[in-house]
Amino acid sequence: MKALVLHLAVLAALAAMGFLLPPYHHGMMARVLVMAVFAIGYNIAFGYTGLLSLGHALHFCAGMMACGIAMREGVAAGPALLLGLAAGGVTALATGLLALRTAGVSFMIVTLMFAQAFHLALLYYGGFTGGDEGFPLPGAARRLFGLDLTQAGPRYAVALVLFGLVLLAQWGLVSSRFGRSLIAMRENEERSRMLGYNPFTTKLAALVISGLCAGIAGAAYGVLFGYVGASFGTTQYSILPMLYVLLGGAGTTLGPLLGAGLMAWLIDAASGLTDSPLAVIGVTLIGLVVFAPRGILGTLRQRGLKWLP
Amino acid sequence: MAAVILEAQGLSRAFGGLRAVDNVDLTLQEGEVHALIGPNGAGKTTLVSLLSGRLTPDAGHIRFDGQDITRLPAHARVARGIAYTFQITSIYAGLSVFDNLALAVQRSRPRDLTAAVQAAALRVGLEGELQAEAGALSYGHQRLLEIGMGLALAPRLLILDEPTQGLANGEINDFMTLVRGLKGTTVLLIEHNMDVVMALADRITVLHFGQVLASGSPAAIRADAAVQAAYLGGADAAD
Repeated sequence: MKALVLHLAVLAALAAMGFLLPPYHHGMMARVLVMAVFAIGYNIAFGYTGLLSLGHALHFCAGMMACGIAMREGVAAGPALLLGLAAGGVTALATGLLALRTAGVSFMIVTLMFAQAFHLALLYYGGFTGGDEGFPLPGAARRLFGLDLTQAGPRYAVALVLFGLVLLAQWGLVSSRFGRSLIAMRENEERSRMLGYNPFTTKLAALVISGLCAGIAGAAYGVLFGYVGASFGTTQYSILPMLYVLLGGAGTTLGPLLGAGLMAWLIDAASGLTDSPLAVIGVTLIGLVVFAPRGILGTLRQRGLKWLP
Repeated sequence: MAAVILEAQGLSRAFGGLRAVDNVDLTLQEGEVHALIGPNGAGKTTLVSLLSGRLTPDAGHIRFDGQDITRLPAHARVARGIAYTFQITSIYAGLSVFDNLALAVQRSRPRDLTAAVQAAALRVGLEGELQAEAGALSYGHQRLLEIGMGLALAPRLLILDEPTQGLANGEINDFMTLVRGLKGTTVLLIEHNMDVVMALADRITVLHFGQVLASGSPAAIRADAAVQAAYLGGADAAD
């Protein structure tokens, strides 16, 4: 009950921000919401199931590319977004089938290599994908349910609705029986196996769900901000969701949002103070790892807020 | 004559040059409590690991309920009704006792999970600890939780690997009551405590250097000279 109130309160606060924020922060917050969807996907794989992937940029960028190329070829935004969702799931299934034959460090390396190979393929077929420079999506095509997504208001609303749906879906997932079996994989895989859970299919399912989130996030990013490109397939975009999740709290439902929001705010604030804002981020992250390795919400949960989902 | 639920023939498994399990035949009757005893290093845990699917045999066949399960992975054997409780306690230390039991209970898809988990906790006397973190339980309670998770699978064959190790006397008595109360479940029990073995077992198999030394009723095993020499009484028995 407390958890339901908290989730609804967060969504209500985000909706209020849509009306109150000045234009600059408004755009930034819409970006944060989309990246938080990406991070929720990462959280399901890493935070809940314990799968440390270094290749989630692949699913994000695959979703973005599938959606963007479809729109360039004349597909409407709605179906193109669904294509992006599917691309995220299919790439996660394909790479997961192979990567899950490994575990631990090998899994990290294999996922990283898949993402690198995908990024290089995007550059190699630059004539079709736009390569390094990418391509803009025409404003006229960026319409969904009659909303003009080149305008700040509708853009924020769509980002918020997408985030709200994914947040609640994540909460439903992790409090379900299936969600419990995902957490069980993270906590003790051998015990889970001897309770009759198939580790391979359970983890594969987690990866596919994770990939679906990453795919729809990538597609939404392209549609909302009007640009797609291979630069979203670089390793940086594999690391970002991990940082968000670690900062906010791995294995907490609201950690991805908190992490994505805080990181955006930190980079913004640090940019005003110094020419090297990433150095500030680095110091913050080191502090986090040393003093609160479970992230912000993870630490709060440990310190008494046990009901935090 | 009860039906045979599990039949192993010619099972072998070597680690390097060590033949941990060497051409072992084992037959379990439905509903019996079958004890597996032998000195440390006799191959008991290796044998039950072969039966539960945690290890694959180098040679031999295993039939469960009339079907060959030799190549079946562990989780699929659990789904057929073979549960295994670990010798070294293996629970979800970071999760609550409720979640630990729920992970076993939910395998059978009960409508009311909470009630089913409470029932499972009651069987091992942990009904008061459901919200506690499993890793914070005393060692004895962790052992009981481990056994409770095995029982909660409602298995047809329950393999208990040294279940009473580290339990207090009172807890051992509770455990024996629990095993006696199992109706229709076949139990394969690895146990060093001979009082427990003699009190519970319908039949006993003795392993020695990976081979079956003897197999039979408790009385027959107690009277077996080779068993006495190898295990029960050692040199004293020969005097």
